[in-house]
Order: sequence, then structure tokens, then C-alpha cells
Amino acid sequence: MVDSIKVYPAKPSKVYFYGTCLVDMFYPDAGMAGIQLLEREGIEVIYPEDQTCCGQPAYTSGYHDEARAVAKAQLGLFPEDWPIVVPSGSCGGMMRKHYPALFKDTADDGKATEIAGRIWELTDFLVNVCHIKLDDLGEPTTVAMHTSCSARREMGVAEVGPKLLGQLKNVNLVEQVRAEECCGFGGTFAVRHPEISGAMVSEKVDTLVDTGAKEFVTTDCGCLMNIDGYAEKNHKPVTGQHILSFLWQRTNGDGGKRS
Amino acid sequence: MSDTADHSAHHIDVKEFHPRARAAIHNPQIRQNFRKAMDGLMSKRKSAFEGWELETLRDLGANIRLRALANLPDLLEQLEQKLTENGMTVHWAADGDEACEIVRDICVARNAKSVIKGKSMVSEEMELNHYLDAQGIEALESDLGEYIVQLADETPSHIIMPAIHKNTEEISQLLHAKTGTDLSHDVEYLTANARLQLREKFMNADVGVSGVNFAVAETGTLCLVENEGNGRMTTTVPPCHIAVTGIEKVVPNLEDVTALLALLTRSATGQHITTYFNMISGPRKADELDGPEEVHVVLVDNGRSTIYQDDELLDTLRCIRCGACMNHCPVYTRVGGHTYGTTYPGPIGAILMPHMVGLDEGRHLPTASSLCGACGEVCPVKIPIPDLLVRLRQESVDGDTVHPAKVRGHGAKRGAVEAMIWKGWSWMHARPGIYRMGTSMGARFRKLQPGKFGGWTQYRTAPKLAAKTLHQRMKERSQ
Repeated sequence: MVDSIKVYPAKPSKVYFYGTCLVDMFYPDAGMAGIQLLEREGIEVIYPEDQTCCGQPAYTSGYHDEARAVAKAQLGLFPEDWPIVVPSGSCGGMMRKHYPALFKDTADDGKATEIAGRIWELTDFLVNVCHIKLDDLGEPTTVAMHTSCSARREMGVAEVGPKLLGQLKNVNLVEQVRAEECCGFGGTFAVRHPEISGAMVSEKVDTLVDTGAKEFVTTDCGCLMNIDGYAEKNHKPVTGQHILSFLWQRTNGDGGKRS
Repeated sequence: MSDTADHSAHHIDVKEFHPRARAAIHNPQIRQNFRKAMDGLMSKRKSAFEGWELETLRDLGANIRLRALANLPDLLEQLEQKLTENGMTVHWAADGDEACEIVRDICVARNAKSVIKGKSMVSEEMELNHYLDAQGIEALESDLGEYIVQLADETPSHIIMPAIHKNTEEISQLLHAKTGTDLSHDVEYLTANARLQLREKFMNADVGVSGVNFAVAETGTLCLVENEGNGRMTTTVPPCHIAVTGIEKVVPNLEDVTALLALLTRSATGQHITTYFNMISGPRKADELDGPEEVHVVLVDNGRSTIYQDDELLDTLRCIRCGACMNHCPVYTRVGGHTYGTTYPGPIGAILMPHMVGLDEGRHLPTASSLCGACGEVCPVKIPIPDLLVRLRQESVDGDTVHPAKVRGHGAKRGAVEAMIWKGWSWMHARPGIYRMGTSMGARFRKLQPGKFGGWTQYRTAPKLAAKTLHQRMKERSQ
């Protein structure tokens, strides 16, 4: 799926931060953590106030006119040529891989393609553009990681999360069986096919629990909401958070407490 | 098991995907059979490609198929000419019914009463067995999996392993009930018995019907990939061989087969090569001791030329029928092949079948995916399956006025309520001020958030709105 070779930019002085609607409403801590990590790397973070949603929910549901109207409202948010970083493989994938197709044969074709080329998944950006060095200040712990399918297959960043966690000396990263299998979120799929999605997430949680880790981290809030929500409802001994929240907590000097 | 009736060939309503999915999800035997089988197939594929430059090979496979499709009309003409020169008779069928009639006419002309069949998914598309049966011609499947499925009066649940939904215990009981074989878990024993039964049928069959994996235009050669030897028997023992194939199976040169074969067997079953690879280049010649007197090739369209007319949908026709997409599909693994209610199940079925049955009938098929992309990742010819699923979702709701839908039965899934919801969603998210107002109101009154969201909270807790949105926090920060 990752067809095009990625050419990483030189580390810029400024980036646009595209927070995504799930982070905005449900996981703003993860967004703040991402912003603070970037700032600590000496990058000025510009947060366009008029951002809403990338349009993906309507796009994958087939409502492309509606998706295009929403996506079009995002196209004007990034006038300078700075990179656009996104704390999500899924929304990043939408903007990087699908905007060109969505705007094909429209007046915004060129603009959508230009913006698509500047989209970076945030952990990828931290590792391969910022060359971040993390200093772990937290207590010893064991975590598992779930890389979202879009982070893995659309954005091609499956190796990045483990690299970041590997820099944390007190963090023991364990891998669940079938780590590359979908957690069953899939946006509206979880609502359209609740039984299938439920079967998928229940197996995902079982494999996470089997690792012995009490917490897991993930690149995407959709997966987080799905896996964590299932574990909570079914009283499974594992909780999750966004990898950015985890990284920030472990390295910001306040002893690893949740922000 | 009560679901046998649901699987039998002629009672399937494609639209009834949801109830079948629910039944499969709650059937531990089905769940276990598929999980175990798919885990095995995934791991075999992985080892089979070890040491190979898989991405390079997939690029090559994709390009071979793209080149073949780019010249499809010319290649088909060349193929017809070469097959004819090689002494084979070429027939063209617009759809499954026409293909069935062609097979019947050949049988009638030879006064044939019994047909032995090698594995062929195109013949499943045609529902050839039932058609011949109604004409008083017995058609017997000789591929072991197909034989089992036929004995059970079911349809294949996988395109490579038709009886993958059954475990040894179930197969043992079926063979015992239908053929009198002793109950046994010894696979060797069960296979040997089936073989004995089939051997006699081979000897007495009037006609052999097979599929085709690759049809080579430059040489007029039909390539057939198989493991059991039944394909070779089917195509050489009976006095007449009829090969049925989709028109997209043609490749320009013999050299193209090398890469595609390497990809096919590894992707399908994790084999470096199958036990048998047949290259059929014509009927028995005057100085030859065996082989059929007549060879017929039925080139079946059945919707393919319509798919061919769209630059994006065309990619569907690259498929070499390896089944890797279903082996790696987390949805297929949970619900099994019969849930789809289609000849081709899983991801490839979801992008192919809407063209064959109409997008009105097949409206649920493209939704049966989390768009995880595993199918596209393993496809040996790099079909962008997730993109095609999204395209068909769009077509099923007539969701794009810039790129209007064109697949037969498009728009059938569009519902007034759902369309209104998306319009409202779009209206709000295209207006940043309204969005900010809505989301900050949500944050403020989050305690009033309903605790139930349909199917979501059936399995999970409801997502919890944060006390302040990121927008609000960034606004405060900048002040």
C-alpha cells in the first residue's frame, strides 16, 4: 500500500498542527502532548483555529460530496509551505493518500495534491525529521503497542512507534500475537457491523491482555476508543492511551504522571 | 448443523449478509475452523516469500497484469487464433447462462451423460453443476474440497480451499453419511477413499471440465495449477475436455507466467510450486497415446467487459485468484466465506461480485470491511482493494456528483435518513465557527452525553468527551 517513497524534509522551524476531530473532542491531552513534544524539539507549532475534520468518516461511507465540502474547508488552512503534522495515521492517510483522489477533476485538484505532499504522521515526523532523543524519567513498566492499520499500511510508519518506545530505558515493549491485525474500529464499520467489529476487538483485547502488559499505546484515537472502550466495558486488565501522551509523560520531568 | 441449509447453493440471498454474519460470529465451530486455517495460511505465505524481494515481485506481477489488460481485446483475438491453430475450439459466452448452454451443446453433440470437473471458480459463477443436473447430465467435482462441498450440497467458502469451513470431524461424518466411508480422523485414509471413488468416475466420464489459471496468447497454451492430480486427470482422461475461463485470464507471453505462478502458489497456499502444473496445448495428436480427442475453450465475459470500461474498476480484473486477500482479511476470518452469499467471498468478492449481481443486490458487500488494508498489502498483483471498496461504497449511495456512479444497481443503498445525517455533518464541519460552538457545547455539557450508542456500546463503553476541546486549550494558551 505504501507505494511512494517518502522524502523527509529537513527539520523546519515551524509546522502546522492538524489535531483531528477525535483528538479535539475526546483526547485533547494527546494533542497537547504532541504539540509539546514538537516544541521541545525547537519547532514552533501553528494551530490553525479553523480546522475541523479531515472528512474521512463521510469519505469511507461513500458520501464523497459531503466529505469534499468538509475537506475543502481544510485546504485553506495551510498557506505557508511548512509541513503539516497529524497525530493520527488514519486522518494523515486520508489527507496524504485520499485528498488527491477526492479532489480529482475539481478546481482544488492542485491544491489538494500539494497539501497531501506536506502531511506527516506525528511520530514519524519526530523520529525521521526531528531525530528526537528521548530521556526516560518514568518508573519501569511494560507496555504493548497497537499500530493502527492506516499508520501501518497507508502512512508506512509501523517501525516508528517501537523505535520511540525503544529509546525509553525503563519501558519494556512486548508484542501481542497478530499485532498487525485490525482492532475492528474502521470508523462507521464499528456501527454498521457491530458483531463483526465486536468479535475483532474482543480478540485484540485478549491478545493484549495475554502479553501481561497492563497498558498499551497506539497511534490512533479511533483504535484507542475501540480497544480501551471494550476493555473497560468488559473489565479487562488493560488500559490504553495515545503514544504521544505516553511519550510526553515519560519524558517531561513531572515523574510520569498523566497530564 | 442447522446452518447447512443456509449454505446450500440455491437458497442464498446476497442481501442477507447481516443475519448470516451474526450467525457465523456466534458459531464457535465456524470461528475456530476459519481462525485456525487462516492463521496457518498466513504463516505459510510469509515463510514462502522469505528470501524473496517480495515488493519487486509484486510490482512485476502487477505490471504483467496491467500490460495484459491494456491489450486485452488484441490479446483475446491472438489467443483465439493460436488456440484454434493448436486444434482447440474457441467459444465466447456473454454470461454464465450462455456458457452453460455452450457446455451443454458440446455434451449433447457427444451424447455425453457424465462430466468430471476440476476446480473452476468460473464454473461456480455459471452454476454449471446445477444446470447440467437439470439437463440430465451428471457433473461430479473431482477436487477433494469441491467434492466435499458437492456432497454436502453447499457452495465453496473459499476460492482455493472450498471446504475450509469444515474440520476433519465434520468431513469424516459427511463422507460416512454420503459414501459409506468409515468414520475416521485419519486424513490419509479419508483422502484415499475419496480417491478410490473418484478414480472410477474419471475412467467413465464422457467429458472433463476444468478452469484455467493463465491463458497464454502467443502460444495458445492453457495453464492449470493444482495439487491433487485431478486437474491432469480431468483434462487428459475423458475423450473431451472443456476449459472454462474468464476473459481476463489471458497473458501475452509464456514468460509472464513465470512471475505470476511464483506469486500465485506462494500467495495462495505458501507453496513454492504446486504438485502439478499443467500446460495444455491442444487435443491428442495422431502419434500420441493419450489426451482428449477434443478440447474446447469457453471464454466467459459475465460482466468483465463492463468492469473493463472503467479505468479504476479495471484493476479488479488483475486478480489471479490466489485467495490471499481472504486469508488475511479479519472480517472474512470472523464470518467465513458463506456469509457473503456470493461465488467469490472476502475482499475480492466484495469488489467483484457487485458487478456480477448488481450493486443493488450486493450493496452490503463493500461495507463488510474495516478498510484495514491487509488485502491490498498482500495482493500479489497489487489490486488497490480498499480504494475499490470505497469507490463501490460511493457508488452504492450515489455519493459523488463529480464522479457519478455507473455500476449497475448504483444508488440502491442511499437512504433519506442517512443522507440527511451526512449532509448535516458536512454542513457543521465545513463551518469552523459552528463546529467550534458545537464541540465546546459538547464539552461543557458532556455529563449529559448519552451512555448508549447503538452497536458501539453493545461491546464498549461510550467515548468520553473531554472537559475542554483542544481548540479551547490552544485558545487559552495563546491568550
